[in-house]
Amino acid sequence: MKDEIKLMKGNEAIAHAAIRYGADGYFGYPITPQSEVLETLEALMPWDSTGMVVLQAESEVSSINMVYGGAATGKAVMTSSSSPGVSLMQEGISYLAASELPALIVNVMRGGPGLGTIHPSQSDYFQATKGGGHGDYHLIVLAPSTVQEMADFVALGFDLAFKYRTPSMILADGIVGQMMEKVVLPPQRPRRTAEQIKEQCPWAVTGREGGRKRNVVTSLELDSAVMEKNNERFQRTYREIENNEVRFEARFTEDADYLIVAFGSIARICLKAIEDARKEGIKIGLIRPITLWPFPYDAIRDAARNVKGILCVEINAGQMIEDVRLAVSDSVPVRHFGRMGGIVPNPQEVLDALKKDFINK
Amino acid sequence: MKREDIIKPENKVYSRPRLLDDNIMHYCPGCSHGVVHKIVAEVIEELGLEEDAIGIAPVGCAVFAYNYIDCDWVEAAHGRAPALATAVSRLHPEKVVFTYQGDGDLAAIGTAETIHACTRGENIVIIMINNGIYGMTGGQMSPCTLEGAKTATTPYGRRIDLNGFPLRVGNVVSILDGTCYVTRQAVHTTAAVRKAKNAIRKAFLNARAKKGTSFVEIVGTCSSGWKMSPEKSNKWMEENMFAHYPLGDIKDTDKTE
Repeated sequence: MKDEIKLMKGNEAIAHAAIRYGADGYFGYPITPQSEVLETLEALMPWDSTGMVVLQAESEVSSINMVYGGAATGKAVMTSSSSPGVSLMQEGISYLAASELPALIVNVMRGGPGLGTIHPSQSDYFQATKGGGHGDYHLIVLAPSTVQEMADFVALGFDLAFKYRTPSMILADGIVGQMMEKVVLPPQRPRRTAEQIKEQCPWAVTGREGGRKRNVVTSLELDSAVMEKNNERFQRTYREIENNEVRFEARFTEDADYLIVAFGSIARICLKAIEDARKEGIKIGLIRPITLWPFPYDAIRDAARNVKGILCVEINAGQMIEDVRLAVSDSVPVRHFGRMGGIVPNPQEVLDALKKDFINK
Repeated sequence: MKREDIIKPENKVYSRPRLLDDNIMHYCPGCSHGVVHKIVAEVIEELGLEEDAIGIAPVGCAVFAYNYIDCDWVEAAHGRAPALATAVSRLHPEKVVFTYQGDGDLAAIGTAETIHACTRGENIVIIMINNGIYGMTGGQMSPCTLEGAKTATTPYGRRIDLNGFPLRVGNVVSILDGTCYVTRQAVHTTAAVRKAKNAIRKAFLNARAKKGTSFVEIVGTCSSGWKMSPEKSNKWMEENMFAHYPLGDIKDTDKTE
């Protein structure tokens, strides 16, 4: 069968991919630069085709709590937003993690802090990978760098969320959300039947059909000894995810004298800088973490073994650099280069930064 | 007549609802929650909804409602129950979804979720126990606390100039087009319990018939928070709460259509 190639924005690809995954529900609230997700879903009217529920909520707080309610019933439900809206969702995300519920959250990042700017940024790295809400929890965080990955990570995000019963997040940025490029959409999958949900999610709140014992989804436990046990169970899941689900892309690392670590759209700009540098005889490799949590510490440590320096390029003030430093300890100098306020650096700026830090010192 | 002659199945006039289970309730003596739990369990059982009812529990004293009424439950974050109920009901239109909340949960932190669930006319039941106080956290002022009432955060009595007016939530949601039935009830006498049960039954039937949002406010007591005996609490409620929160149906589209 010929691939179905389309030209569309990353945000639109998310919407199409959600329907084609067989998602049961989307609950969202408009915010730039990701409103096309909700707009596309409303225009496609999937409730008439697959039966998917789409609802514009009154706030991001309600969106994430609708996701919480839907996820508690075993349905594949999601939301999307951008940075300020995702801040509002942190309470609900913490509840999802604590109640061990699968769900997909998309953050198409814009510059902050505060209302900030509508232009692209990667400054929610800490929020996404280190917790964000209250309590000891992690999200599985996927960082797409292409519109294709925006589409593909919907299925991956849902599948991982259901596999580990924990929410996952697509941490995109305004560039990959707004950029149009070619994308091969996945084939349409059927939504799971009530029977399949019962089998896959015996914990789901679906009504006590057949007189089964009642199911209760709650994050509350006042007995500290039990609550500690619950936390230990969460942590075991996180260790399992760390062992099994690390994903990254390595380019030109075999003979590299320098290493760039970058995620999302900026990794593509770095790749251009790396190609330009090769023409000048400067050998730079690239590690692009695809899962920001779990973070590819080992891959970076291995790739850094023979390099003279690591440049961490992020569209923020330096957040992922802390994980890169953890990966390599003090074995090699690590520097950060980034722009803020919604400004995206070009390949020349990246290369100049690397030269300034490591070559023309 | 001997005792054994009386205790026979054919002479039975009352039994505890099957869906109210054996867990010992944490509610204080004199609290209205126990009675309302019983009514809800009876209605679910009598309407044959035990496989179809899904409850959304609040944050507050009723947070453990899921320990007592034997149906499926989700425990919501503070105030968010109507948002959860919206999603559960939309994703499972064949189920009957209800929230069980207090006035602190619903009328303060949960106003946006409440107003918009009611505005969309979600086919859900919202039950709000209005005892004019935050019971679980130790008796602080709620939006429904009466003027002059002493609480942990209004130790000299609620002052309108400082704290504003007590909120009549039932009246607020009654003007929203999505609500089909809004009523205010109490459970302090046998007669009141009967009326409250009829109201809750009607609300569940409305949800089943997809008529829109039904909102049942139940004015209740909090003897611990009010620092009164159960008996005095009922008297104080009749004299003071009912004056500001008069009982009866506020809206019933069955009657206005």
